[in-house]
Formats: sequence, structure tokens, C-alpha cells
Amino acid sequence: MSARLLEVRNVTRRFGGLVANADVSLVVDEGEILGLIGPNGAGKSTLFNLIAGLYPPSSGSIVFAGEEITRLSAPARCALGIARTFQVVRSFDSMSVVENVVVGALMRHAGAREARLKALETLELTGLIGRANAPAVALTPPEKRRLEIARALATHPKLLLLDEALAGLTPSEAREGVELVRRIRERGITIVMVEHVMEVVMPLVDRAVVLDLGKVLAQGLPAELVRDERVIEAYLGARHRAA
Amino acid sequence: MASQELPGRDSSAVAPRAEAGGRERERIDHDASLGSFARRRHRKLAVAALTTVAIALLPLVIHDVYLQNIIVLTLMYAALSQSWNILGGYCGQISLGHAIYFGIGAYVSTLLFVHAGLTPWLGMLIGGVFAALVALALGYPFFRLRGHYFTIATIVVAETGLLLMLNWDFAGGAQGIQIPYGPDSWAHLQFARDKLPYVYFALGFALLTWLVTFLIEDSRWGYWWRAVKDNAEAAESLGVVVFRSKMAAAALSAFFTAIGGSFYAAFVSYIDPDSVMGFQLSLLIALPAVLGGIGTLWGPALGALVLIPLTELTRSYFGGSGNGLDLIIYGVLIMVIALARPEGLTSLFGRTRKARATPQARANPEARANP
Repeated sequence: MSARLLEVRNVTRRFGGLVANADVSLVVDEGEILGLIGPNGAGKSTLFNLIAGLYPPSSGSIVFAGEEITRLSAPARCALGIARTFQVVRSFDSMSVVENVVVGALMRHAGAREARLKALETLELTGLIGRANAPAVALTPPEKRRLEIARALATHPKLLLLDEALAGLTPSEAREGVELVRRIRERGITIVMVEHVMEVVMPLVDRAVVLDLGKVLAQGLPAELVRDERVIEAYLGARHRAA
Repeated sequence: MASQELPGRDSSAVAPRAEAGGRERERIDHDASLGSFARRRHRKLAVAALTTVAIALLPLVIHDVYLQNIIVLTLMYAALSQSWNILGGYCGQISLGHAIYFGIGAYVSTLLFVHAGLTPWLGMLIGGVFAALVALALGYPFFRLRGHYFTIATIVVAETGLLLMLNWDFAGGAQGIQIPYGPDSWAHLQFARDKLPYVYFALGFALLTWLVTFLIEDSRWGYWWRAVKDNAEAAESLGVVVFRSKMAAAALSAFFTAIGGSFYAAFVSYIDPDSVMGFQLSLLIALPAVLGGIGTLWGPALGALVLIPLTELTRSYFGGSGNGLDLIIYGVLIMVIALARPEGLTSLFGRTRKARATPQARANPEARANP
């Protein structure tokens, strides 16, 4: 089987008295698409931010490509090959679309010219090339989501973390998004995607981890999970189980 | 997905959409896009070169010493504001305490000249390096502060510097220091009556800061700084070390501001704490950039071109600066700009991004209606 890329070991994260993640463990293999799902407040975003390096865990450890990264800063993790998008889009609005992506490309290309070329190639891949010189502020919301992905891809990640990248899209936009995620995986990039809506992720992911109340509730193949009693209960509440 | 492009811009950059055998074409199109970007950069250089030549020829027409004086000050503030713009405009860290770096430049070169006979050319380099070190020392605690808190800290530190200089007798205290007159000399940057050498020095200084900014715009630091300004968290996720980026911008900005201070000391031959470290100076360094267009290549020069002659002329027409009339004029100008052109004067030329954004958004209403 393929090699292990990311390992989260017994990670707990507290915010004051609130335990957002309690003793969470999971692994991500190279080349797979892992879905991180769960109802609101399940701790998905916290876990996501712990992996991306926005803040460190209260206890536990995170290992990426054989290297312990638990206390590394976000830029250092980016250098190792972890890239992310944000749930609330954070484009660099004083710059053009291509310049936004240049910022990411500079991670691996010291020269501005090579970085720009890399950025243009990435825009081609993400279907934004026609908007390369538009100001980032002028993009539509779905285009901004693509820009986030393009920027992250330009850093040459081994692991791409997508935080609700498909949320708030129309069905046709979501289909294009799914298509894009598949294309990215074909390039050998491992993907962890947080998604709230199960219908969107389940057909796309190889494996999913369901979080509820900060703990891992279940994990496995999508087809198994959608029939899992505990998962249905977590999403719909106990009363719906009978129905 | 909207593929509409901006009118008249880089039609060559638009790659064929999913055409068969598009690989080769794509590559060519990226080269075209790079080429058109390079051409735009070359045009900017050409405009700067022409502007420099035009200004260099001005003294042939303008012999009046008073007017030449205004030219020197306008160029100096353009350069100072350009230096401020590196930290405030590109990196987004609004400092209202840049007078401290200006003062350091003025005092270091003057003290070295008066007490050790060191040429101001070396003095200004030493002053610049010293100012950069001070900026790093201040940045270490201050860049942990966000937004307004950072700005307030810069004001407090500059005021502290002012008080220190007022009470430091070796450096002249409140009396200030008079630079002893010698014969006219480029080595000492001293010219008793002739303003012309100062015009050329100030022009060179303004051009230098413009060039530095121009080079930064398409460099690693330039992209990083703008990313830090726009969204620090997103910048970090893309590998930008935010703290280090801010420190680099602060050091560079302080270095060039101090050069301006050394030049000013040589130009007026007399410095005291209020004239080289006062709060009003911090405002005057920041205002041209704000007025002209913060974080833009031409904003500081354009702002200085409007602001400085206006200040000098009101001073001479209404007598002295004590009545604060020039401050009222700044206030009115800032209000007018804020209301009519919040992007600054450069947006009048339709070159800034936001100015281009508006027609684009209008031309694409279906994309808006359908989020």
C-alpha cells in the first residue's frame, strides 16, 4: 500500500474550558482524498487548523512525511509541503489574480519571473487563466474559491487542505469544483477536505473521518458511513433514527 | 466561469479554452503574458526617466531661488513619502512616527560632521544604518501589535525621541546645532547661495527611492509585503513569515527616511529637535503617499507635487506657519480626497486596480446577481 503522509496522534485542543478536539487520531495516506465531516461544532475546523499550523495542540502530536511538526509555524509547514485554503475566502485584494498566485509560487521559486510563470500555469489548471490580470476584488465568490486553491497549489504542496471549498456553490459550480479536486489528485497531491454537506463529499472522497463533539465518531469508506447509525444520529439527531 | 477579460489589456494572456493539443499553445501564451507584463514595467521606467529629465531641466527655466527651494522640498518629501510607503503602503504598517528616523539621519550626519569632520555622504549612510537598526529594535516588540495599536506606538516612540533630543546637551539640546559654514563643496554638501546642487541631490534621492520601490514591486519582498498587508493569516499559510517581512520593510523604510534627514540637515545647515523630529514632520512624511495613493508606485510623488508647493505657498502668502493655516489646508485636502478619490490621486489616471475593478464589476452583472 501507499506510504503514510500525515499522522495525527491523540491530539487534544482546548480553548479555555471548551475542548474542541479530544484525543483525535487519524492517518492520511499518500495520494488519497480524505473527507473530514461532521455536524456544526464537531471540531472539524479546529483539527484542520491544527494540521495547518494556525495554533498548536494542547497535547498530542502531528507527524508529516516522517517529520514531527506539532510545534512548527504555518510558514514552516508550507515549506514542508502542506498548503491550505480558508473557509472564509481570504484573497489579497490589493493585487491582481495572478499576483495572488505569485505569492504562493514564491515558496518554491526565488525569482519573480519564474514565480509568475508558475502562477500562470496554476491558473491554467484551475480555470482562472482568463482572469489572470483582473483585480482579485473583482472575482465572483466561486472564482475566489478557485483562486484560494490556485494560490495553495502554487506552493507545490504534498498535502492540500481544503476547508469547505465546495460550500455555497451552485450545483454546476460544485460539479466543476469536484472535477478540479480530482484533477489535483491526479497530479499526485494528497487531499484532506473539510465539508459540512455529506452529499457533496461522499462521492468524491476515498475515505472519510466523521467528527462529533470533538471526537472521532467513525471512519471508513463513504458507502459504509452513510449507513452508520451513529453518523446518522449525529447529523439528524436521535429522533430521526427510526424514520 | 466568466472568461471576460479587461478591455484593452493583455488579450494575448488569454489562453485557448480546452483546445485539443493546447499544451504548446498554453506555454506560448504564458510567455506572451510574461512579455506584456515586462513591457508594462518598461513603460513605467520610461515614464520615470522622462520625468527625471524634465525635472532636471526645470532649473534652466526657473532661476528664482525661492521656487528652486520649493522644488527641493517637493522632491525631498516625494522621496521621504516613497520611503514611508514601503512600510505603510506596501506592507500596510501605518507609522506616524517616521520623524524619529528622519531625526536620526539628521543628527547622526550632523554630529559626525561637526565633531569629527566626517563627510555627510558617509554620515548619511551611517545614519541610515543606525535608523534601520533602531527600526528593527522597535519592530521587535511593536510588530506584535495590530492596526491602530501599532500606529499609536510609533507616535509615542517618536515623541520620546523628541524629548530625548530636547534634553541631550551634547547634541545641542533644544537649541539645536548650527553647521559651521565652509566653502561650497560637494564633499560637504554645502552650498551657501546656490540651490542648484540641492535640486540635483534631491532629484537623485527621489529617483533612487522610486527605483527601489519599482524593483520591490516585482520582487519576492514586494509580493510578500502586499500579502501581509492584505491578509496576514493567508500570507502565513503560503509560507510568508509575516514578522520577518514587516521587519525587513521597516528597516528599508527607516534607512531611506534617515538619508532624507541627513540631506535636510545639509540643506538648511541648522537642525533642532522640533524641526527634524516633530510630530508634524511625521505627518508630512505620510501625507503625500496617503494623498497620492497609498501603496502605489507614483502616489507619493504625486501627493508631494500637490501638497508641498501648496504648503510653501500658503506659508509665504499668509505669513509663517504659526497660524496653522497650512494644517487647515491639509485637512481640507484629505477630506476632499477621502470623499472623492479614496484611492488617492493616482486613481485619476485610471491605472490603479480598484479603478479598473469598478467597470469590470459593472460589465459583469450576471456574475454578481448569481453568487
